[in-house]
Amino acid sequence: MTRIAVVDYGAGNLVSIQQALAAAGAQVVLAGRADSFADADALVVPGVGAAGPAMARLRHRGLEAPIRAWIAAGRPFLGVCLGLQLLFEGSDEDGAVTLGVLPGRTVRLSDAPRLPHIGWNQVERRRAHPLFAGIDEDADFYFVHSYAAAPGPGADGVILAETAHGGRFVSAIARGSLAGVQFHPERSGRDGLRLLANFVGLARAAGAVSGMGHAPVPAR
Amino acid sequence: MLRVRVIPCLDVADGRVVKGTRFVDLTDEGDPPTLAERYAAEGADEIVFLDIDAAPDGRGTLLEVVERTARCAFVPLTVGGGVRSVTEMHDVLRAGADKVSFNTAAVRDPGLVRRCARRFGSQAVVVAIDARRRAGPDDPSEGWEVVVKGGREATGLDALAWAERAVAAGAGELLVTSIDRDGTGAGYDTPLLRAIVDRVQVPVIASGGASGPDDFVAAVRDGGASAVLAASIFHRCRHSIADVKAVMAAAGIPVRLVIGAAR
Repeated sequence: MTRIAVVDYGAGNLVSIQQALAAAGAQVVLAGRADSFADADALVVPGVGAAGPAMARLRHRGLEAPIRAWIAAGRPFLGVCLGLQLLFEGSDEDGAVTLGVLPGRTVRLSDAPRLPHIGWNQVERRRAHPLFAGIDEDADFYFVHSYAAAPGPGADGVILAETAHGGRFVSAIARGSLAGVQFHPERSGRDGLRLLANFVGLARAAGAVSGMGHAPVPAR
Repeated sequence: MLRVRVIPCLDVADGRVVKGTRFVDLTDEGDPPTLAERYAAEGADEIVFLDIDAAPDGRGTLLEVVERTARCAFVPLTVGGGVRSVTEMHDVLRAGADKVSFNTAAVRDPGLVRRCARRFGSQAVVVAIDARRRAGPDDPSEGWEVVVKGGREATGLDALAWAERAVAAGAGELLVTSIDRDGTGAGYDTPLLRAIVDRVQVPVIASGGASGPDDFVAAVRDGGASAVLAASIFHRCRHSIADVKAVMAAAGIPVRLVIGAAR
């Protein structure tokens, strides 16, 4: 069975992502320490709220460097909501310095009629990707946020989908085995479960390619 | 485009749904997770649990209900009633809720809203405002007063001023209930909704008074609501969520239509 580690750093509702991944066919472990996700097939970083406190919690638990190493090794990764935003260099919300895996910043939604952006909205795909396999083009997903990632110059290619709420913002990204969604698939009904099942499938395929064992995560 | 949400509200006491279930199969429909799952399948955009017990010794039961619901209904879940501290909110979120709604506790201590928003983010903090027309149920001319304890206790607070304060304190959403209309089926108090919607930037959820799909249309069109909440009209199977959404869509309101939703 495909093992998915959900990073537990005290970021609110973990039950829903855990249950949804289980419903999507994964064996889920909550990982509060780096050694508890080393043998997983994929890593999921959830989270809501502000970037500063989240980064502080990740650092406090010694998770920042292992997460970077995981991504650098090209292993399957899904960031959800704040988990997507943290992949970029910093956040305008509180000035926090974030993981910096991708160039760009997290910025406040522009021209939004109301904030937070709460509710179901369309996810307009820019290109085909296995994460969205079998999901209708006009499917709605559940959002709850006021900020979104803005990929920097040269990182335009990571954009997988955009959503309109006043202005347009990036609602999904992917590069290699790295993926992120601004919406909450774990709260987006059937289509959300389908997306998570697609991710579990990608993780399983990556595990099969790499053979019996994974490359160990480099120690820092 | 962002959809207008349709939200069924379940009043929960001692682990059971206690209101509006008279005309359906009690043994089955009284179980909150079962009902929540059915509503989710019908196209509910969110589920609200209102703990009308709110007795300290009943918290364990509520948390267990939330946890069971989070396992089967993959739509957002809001819990209201009886949460009075950051620690209690943490427990409710940890059980699987996405948002917590504060009513009396926020009026008594607006600092609670601030502390919870700082800890969990504004998006997880809903302030529920129960409002009553000052000049009488048919006259909005003198504005609205905030009432608590299900309308039994007046606070002297002006509802519009309180709405602005609650948002300034960190509320990410307001759930506005007209106590004049609640349970009457006379329709939402759209002037109340409009007055609050025009004063705050956060989404406003309309509550109190719905008896049919046209009331939902009015709450959005005239009241400017971002979401509409109702209890009895769904429980008693007078209207399915899919029916209500079909009427809203026909009126030009953007709603999420679930293909194959149960009607």
